[in-house]
Amino acid sequence: MKSADGAKRWLLVGIALAVVASYFTPQFNRYYLGIAIDCGINIILAVSLNLINGHTGQFSLGHAGFMAVGGYTAAKFSLVFEAMVPDSLKPLLFVAALTLGGLIAALAGLGVGVPSLRLKGDYLAIVTLGFGEIIRVVVQNMESVGAASGLKNIPKWTTLGWTFALAAITIYAVASLVNSTYGRGFIAVSDDEVAASSMGINPVRYKVTAFVTGAFFAGIAGGLYAHHKQFLSPTGFDFLKSIDIVVMVILGGMGRTAGVVIAAIILTLLPEFLRQFADYRMIIYSLLIIGLMMARPQGLFTLSFKKKGAASV
Amino acid sequence: MLEIDHLEVSYGSIRALHGISLKVPEKSIVTLIGGNGAGKSTTLRSISGLIKVRAGNVRYDGQDITNKPAHEIVARGLCHVPEGRMVFANLTVMENLHMGAYLRKDRAGIASDIEYAFTIFPRLKERISQLAGTLSGGEQQMLAIARALMSKPRCLMLDEPSLGIAPILVRSIFDQIVAINKERGLTILLVEQNANLALSISHYGYVLETGSVLIEDTAEALRKDPQVRAAYLGG
Repeated sequence: MKSADGAKRWLLVGIALAVVASYFTPQFNRYYLGIAIDCGINIILAVSLNLINGHTGQFSLGHAGFMAVGGYTAAKFSLVFEAMVPDSLKPLLFVAALTLGGLIAALAGLGVGVPSLRLKGDYLAIVTLGFGEIIRVVVQNMESVGAASGLKNIPKWTTLGWTFALAAITIYAVASLVNSTYGRGFIAVSDDEVAASSMGINPVRYKVTAFVTGAFFAGIAGGLYAHHKQFLSPTGFDFLKSIDIVVMVILGGMGRTAGVVIAAIILTLLPEFLRQFADYRMIIYSLLIIGLMMARPQGLFTLSFKKKGAASV
Repeated sequence: MLEIDHLEVSYGSIRALHGISLKVPEKSIVTLIGGNGAGKSTTLRSISGLIKVRAGNVRYDGQDITNKPAHEIVARGLCHVPEGRMVFANLTVMENLHMGAYLRKDRAGIASDIEYAFTIFPRLKERISQLAGTLSGGEQQMLAIARALMSKPRCLMLDEPSLGIAPILVRSIFDQIVAINKERGLTILLVEQNANLALSISHYGYVLETGSVLIEDTAEALRKDPQVRAAYLGG
């Protein structure tokens, strides 16, 4: 998506689909419905991580951590206020919970970003990985959010409509941010930090902006996830969850919004299709990913020019 | 316009610059020549804030800019074209030029400067919507210079503009550097391996060796200096 018009089209199509989908929701098989919502949540996660890893060229392995911050915040908020609010105002409470989850995650993004974004490449990856694990361990020991046994009975408010409307908003926000004059700075920072700073761009500010924005949407995705599964446990936000999201971004093609959306959908559906292989499922899943990466190392839908070595991160 | 006084820079425990002093007068072209590892690029990088200075100071327009962040130095009108043609590979030629004007708000001025960039480097106009990463080496160097001009600098620092470029393009790039200096009154600090070519367009030159200034003189005199001729101009 090169133009802002393209971003707007995504938004309109997404919201239209969401409205139509929520109208037909009752007729859907609950299993398929659940998977469709998973797809939407993963789209939000992958597109927001793409802003950090793809467009801005940083390497974050902490996205599950931001998702956890948002998810637990939103869930706790809903659980506390659910009883005090009449049914007619529940959607408002849901929006408030998601927004709060996003904001707290963004705050966490700022907290991690400011000190660590002076690091590059592998070092940044290790710091963000550490951050994700810290979040998980902290949650595991917090009695107020259920500690290791998890947070239960979260109201089931996430619908197909909400999920895809928010996915559309995420895509729109990221695409229009990157395609603005200001936003080309993200690509400039990723292409060449030295050249960017000698053009008067402050790379640290761009990296922090990418981190905070990415974390905000990861937090929203966490909130949707919490109100979809109705149960949160710290193990759901481990290192492997972060890796899953990174794989979606790499497979889709770093910095290509459309590719990343499609990769998120494929990688959500793939394990479901492979259910019939039972024990061999994860082996086949891994082999397919290896195969895809060998066939298209630059990502499924990449057209962009990558400098030598740049694709290896 | 640009004054460097006893500049010292280290990479870890290795001293790269041992107190270099030089002056770049307004509207002149000044060249730094010297072999590999003489400290030419390090000097430029420390002036533009890309690396930290240990001791000494850099004054631009009478103001101390030592160790200011790179993006603030650009805002003062001192622009650095780093070595190795660092264009934004995933942006088009036009987008690269707009990135150059990142700090500017005057739309009309930006448009007319883009026109100017296309008059000096007509090749870029032909490639206007191509991704910069797909340009040839010479075209990328033209783009890097044109992009630097977009920030409306008063002083331009060019690091090895001839590196890895076909000789015929090198000539035309150097002709344009002279044109920019004459037509726009830009002060230019040039670092170049091709000493002969560099001195032929410069007013003044400094010969650097292992982090110190060995000789300084007018470009004319340096070209005649037997020592410089033997070491850097091929006899």
